[in-house]
Amino acid sequence: MSSGREDGGRPGADPVITADEVRHIAHLARLELTDREIEWFRVRLGAILEYVAKLNEIDIENVEPTSHVILMENVLRDDVVRPSLSRDEAIGSAPSSRNGFVAAPRIIETDDSGVV
Amino acid sequence: MHLYRLGVGEIGRLLRKRVISARDITGAFFARIRAVDQSVNAYITLLEERAHAKAKEVDAKIASGDELSPLAGIPVAVKDNICTQGVETTCGSRILSRYRPQYDATAVARLRAADAIILGKTNLDEFGMGASNEYSYYGPVANPWDLLRVPGGSSGGSAAALAAGETTLALGTDTGGSTRQPAGLCGVVGIKPTYGRVSRYGLVAFASSLDQIGAMARSVEDCALLLSIIAGHDPRDSTSAALPVPNYHDYLTGEVRGLRIGVPREYFAEGIDPEVESAVRDAIDHLAGLGAEVVDVSLPHTEYGVAVYQLVATAEASSNLARYDGIGYGFRAEDFDDLAGMYSRTRHDGFGNEVKRRIMLGAYVLSAGYYEAYYLRAQKVRSLIRRDFEEAFASVDCLATPTYPTPAFRLGEKLDDPLALYLADIYNTSANLAGIPGISIPCGYTGDGFPVGLQLLGRPFDEKTLFRIAYAYEQTAEWRHRWPELDIPVRRSADGV
Repeated sequence: MSSGREDGGRPGADPVITADEVRHIAHLARLELTDREIEWFRVRLGAILEYVAKLNEIDIENVEPTSHVILMENVLRDDVVRPSLSRDEAIGSAPSSRNGFVAAPRIIETDDSGVV
Repeated sequence: MHLYRLGVGEIGRLLRKRVISARDITGAFFARIRAVDQSVNAYITLLEERAHAKAKEVDAKIASGDELSPLAGIPVAVKDNICTQGVETTCGSRILSRYRPQYDATAVARLRAADAIILGKTNLDEFGMGASNEYSYYGPVANPWDLLRVPGGSSGGSAAALAAGETTLALGTDTGGSTRQPAGLCGVVGIKPTYGRVSRYGLVAFASSLDQIGAMARSVEDCALLLSIIAGHDPRDSTSAALPVPNYHDYLTGEVRGLRIGVPREYFAEGIDPEVESAVRDAIDHLAGLGAEVVDVSLPHTEYGVAVYQLVATAEASSNLARYDGIGYGFRAEDFDDLAGMYSRTRHDGFGNEVKRRIMLGAYVLSAGYYEAYYLRAQKVRSLIRRDFEEAFASVDCLATPTYPTPAFRLGEKLDDPLALYLADIYNTSANLAGIPGISIPCGYTGDGFPVGLQLLGRPFDEKTLFRIAYAYEQTAEWRHRWPELDIPVRRSADGV
């Protein structure tokens, strides 16, 4: 990459993020990655993490965080039943469905009798 | 007469005088799309049959003398991360390649109720994550001004469709500049409204505290009209503002005397292209000549905007995109051992690299031990960025800046330098972090003929002042609107990216 940082870290210093950390994050994010992809992400994440470290320059003592720009109280509504999607419509986008249910791979192992 | 070049008002007059029918207009646009979209690639999905059916309805209303909405019979394109009932809504991603929503986004429902004619769904960077439209599973979009250049992103399909005459109006979305920046690079008008001005119901979430649906057009008047239709409170989006929507048309007076325009010095710093700077400064001088008062202002935390944006947007994205697991909708990988393997294989095969990179960064900054150092710190600096704007708007009515530091760059030029691409977002991301509205309007062309955008930023819910200033400029600026020639069909292949 033309920003000239191939190791994702300062030359000669520890990398900003290690391959094992990338592997851990990929697991948390449920992303299967090959070793080559792990390296690809390590370099790119390292470059961004190094860049965002510039936020450490700022004194943020006594500053409240902004999570949302609009000041609003809880938004409430009456609890009334309204028309909603039918079951068939609701599951119609699922890649796999059976007997009115979304179908997914087995989660809980059973013995031959079918008892959990 | 090229129907595809007309504005909303002109089309409306021809319809009402029965010089042309809505079916004529619809036919003219699909002919134009067939002629140029092989080169531009602005659309992912075309809705020709539905469009003609809607046009027939509009023609029937005209024939029976019914009252018509200002958008009746007007072609509009919808960015493909905005839900359309029964019509593919891909978000530019493989993972939603088969997704057909069961419902319309509120903005789309309002367009339908206004009898606008939806021509199709426009291309975008996957899930809105990009500034060049090269990160789409459906191939890159070309800039109509030079087919080897990017249209900007992520609403590049909507901006390119407008510039090429493939629609009259378009919906974009803007999480960190995605409506304004492509509008600037393609020479069209695009507004990111205040956070909460337009309902996000049916907008596929990228970063929920930043996302807004934007209105795009070839003129300020058309853009204002489109926003007036889609804006307003919606009980289905609890973050939409319960405030009245002004009649924006009333503010298109051409009058700017007495308004104070701030020029933030941090937006004219290192890295700006000299031709861009000179076009934008000329535009500001022009506004001063019309009687606006121009004053220097400072937004001292500008340089931190991109870093804050990268942390906040990716953290929210990693959470929002957790829902794509191959269960409820969209793509599911076929070869896996168990449920966990199905999730991670589906997400590996379904997402592109840029989306994965952002999910990974977001997951990292939210993970145990890093939350305070990254995410919480970013949210605190976000408060400082907001405060900068509040202080500036205590003394000025709007801020005038370039939309983007450079004209459109070449396809592939910045593909493997994401950091350089992010840094160029410096003029755009702060408006999303602060929730304020921003509009990009054309303010001239470079020597090579590429459009330059002027960005105006305003107070929360003060879109009317942005339209007022933008309109006064547009109606009096010396340069004239041009059309790209688009006469060299280039067949691009997606494997170049």
